[in-house]
Amino acid sequence: MKRVLLPLLAIALLIGVWDLYVHIDHVNSYDMPAPTQVARALYDDRSTLWSNFLVTAQEIIFGITVAALTALVAAFTMHLSTTARLALYPPLVVSQAIPVVLLAPLFVLWLGFGLLPKLLVIALVSFFPLVVTTTAALQRVDPNLQKLMKTLGASRLQTFRTVELPAALPGLFPGAKLAAVFSVIGAVFAEQQGSTSGLGYLLMITQNNLQLPEAYAAVAILSAFAVALFAVLTVIERRALPWAYHPGR
Amino acid sequence: MPALAIHNVTYTYPRTGRKRPPTTALANVSFTAEPGQTLALVGPSGCGKSTLLELICGLLAPSEGHLDAEPAALTPQNDLLLPWLSALDNAALPLRLRGASKQVAREQAAPFFTRFGLQGFERSRPDQLSGGMRHRISFLRCLLAGKPVLALDEPFASLDAITRAEMQSWLTEALRAEPRTVVLVTHDVEEAVLLGDRLLVLSPRPGRVIADISIDLPHPRKRTDPQIMKLRAEALQHLGLPA
Repeated sequence: MKRVLLPLLAIALLIGVWDLYVHIDHVNSYDMPAPTQVARALYDDRSTLWSNFLVTAQEIIFGITVAALTALVAAFTMHLSTTARLALYPPLVVSQAIPVVLLAPLFVLWLGFGLLPKLLVIALVSFFPLVVTTTAALQRVDPNLQKLMKTLGASRLQTFRTVELPAALPGLFPGAKLAAVFSVIGAVFAEQQGSTSGLGYLLMITQNNLQLPEAYAAVAILSAFAVALFAVLTVIERRALPWAYHPGR
Repeated sequence: MPALAIHNVTYTYPRTGRKRPPTTALANVSFTAEPGQTLALVGPSGCGKSTLLELICGLLAPSEGHLDAEPAALTPQNDLLLPWLSALDNAALPLRLRGASKQVAREQAAPFFTRFGLQGFERSRPDQLSGGMRHRISFLRCLLAGKPVLALDEPFASLDAITRAEMQSWLTEALRAEPRTVVLVTHDVEEAVLLGDRLLVLSPRPGRVIADISIDLPHPRKRTDPQIMKLRAEALQHLGLPA
């Protein structure tokens, strides 16, 4: 119960302070709308918000999936081959250091206004945490296990399947949780570079039209979605990898 | 024909960096082990005991000399059970690696759980088991590899004294039921004398055999037996330690 109540209480407190501030200081709704106005916008524009949410959610889920698959392949390649690790790790870091601000317009230029450039931006921001945590999990595999497996008669492929692959999974989840949050920001940004739908697009036009309650409503949905993704990943992690989940840690 | 024959084996680790010269871990080691014999190896830290086991298991090749060994399976110092597999599946792992289906491997491994006092723990995950239990399963896994030689690398070093004593008598029983040629590396002279048919004492690095003591005493042995205590004193003397 505490797990649900405490965060709800914290959020309620935050909204209360926000509401109080807007009312006491008579803040103009063009500068910052009151929570009640945002709630009204959430209700009034529910069908627009929903249809645009579906677009963004789809981009994010596809993007994270693409990132997770490529991250797994990259992490394993770097784990199995020192040459690959030496060659790939620095470019990987560079890929994260190049601001997405620079890359996103290029993606739109090359790939148009469809799903693809958004997928690429989301995958790009999610890829790095996934690779880093998966690689770390693989590095934690005891080198003596490889020796042991050899004497038990395992081939390299069998060792990979029975030891390294399962050992990498607990690394994938912390990365995916980080990616879930980054990808929401990535999706908004990608949509603002060129698109005709999605919550990021909606956020941009409502902001430009000074419809701030509507813009905040879009942000509220995006935040809720990030929290939901995070929670779903946590549940899957506990169910799928009970051996890696230690309560109380 | 001996199960294990080692002639003048020297092993030198290659230099790992500019400032780290090559290290010779073992120098001119020779001994043989007959099938079914338990050979206990003691020696100071860093005398190349683990290197010797890796050579026996074929994980390393001698730099010099000649080594003839029947296939050997390794039981590592830490149990190294796979945390995502049940106790039964961990023990059955070598059967799976040889191509048995999950079902068949489990059916073949299950009787060993009953024989070795592990029944009821088949479905437990390693993190739900005590240290002693995990070592039993690790040993069972090594046994089920079906290799004639077992290489045990300080198998009980991480256990507390009481659990270790329990495990020593358990291992004696297990080996009586499933005879194998065993190379037992330990830093515990008492353990070596209690479990071994023969005791080899190695010198500090580079390891050489400095004593070969045969232990012709019936099992189970008592640590308070005067003959055991005498052999223990003899081995400690070779190691340069007060008995």
